[in-house]
Amino acid sequence: MTYTQIAVVAVIVTVLADLFLFRTKLVTKKVFWVSYAIIFFFQLITNGMFTGFGIVQYDGDAIIGSSSPAEGAPPFLGDGRISFAPAEDLMFGFSLVLLSLCLWVLFGRWGLSRRPTAGPPLWRTVRKGR
Amino acid sequence: MGKYWNMPASLAYVGVLGFVLVGSLWLEIVLRTHVIARWPRLVLVMVLVIWPFLIWDAYAISQGHWFFDTSRILGIYLPGDVPLDELLFFLVIPLASILTLEAVRSVKGWPVGDGADQGPVEGEQP
Repeated sequence: MTYTQIAVVAVIVTVLADLFLFRTKLVTKKVFWVSYAIIFFFQLITNGMFTGFGIVQYDGDAIIGSSSPAEGAPPFLGDGRISFAPAEDLMFGFSLVLLSLCLWVLFGRWGLSRRPTAGPPLWRTVRKGR
Repeated sequence: MGKYWNMPASLAYVGVLGFVLVGSLWLEIVLRTHVIARWPRLVLVMVLVIWPFLIWDAYAISQGHWFFDTSRILGIYLPGDVPLDELLFFLVIPLASILTLEAVRSVKGWPVGDGADQGPVEGEQP
């Protein structure tokens, strides 16, 4: 299987696991998509560093675009790449993030380290002089 | 990348992970995410989530889907020729993701479904 094929399967399997195996249903929740939007922004930066500097390189036979060049950076945008990285990396990242968050929610539901819960932000209590 | 900052080039990969940690760990204090505070739950997530991705990584490396600039990684390898840097990636990204989720929850109070949601969301209370 190519990286493209595995990445698509990984996204589908993770979403199905979220909905039907763990029943965490994060993909139906606003809190997940807002969090993912923030993560996505930073993912573009880190993916860009990993691939723009050539730390990680890709075989053109395994991805939508062509192979990473031997010298210099791949295209910033285009040829199947977004922020230097293959579009497949965004799918890899999505499945890693979603699976992590599913397990986090699942173990909370099981009662493991449910508390202390998140918040309140520091600024809301500092203002009150606490 | 390393040479620009007078840092050993072999620290380039983990340097990117350092960027991720710097960008996310402050949430634990400023937004009181309490993710590190709930470390048993965090550790269990980390211990489990790494496996499918380590296996995927080992397969992709064996097939040549991706490879690494060996001058920009630590040079320590796990079984399956997976660089140690990659294992660290599979630990740091879940941590940063969970910190982000709990940071959003800290500010917005939206339900997550883990049995510890706080009742009505701010603004919905009478």
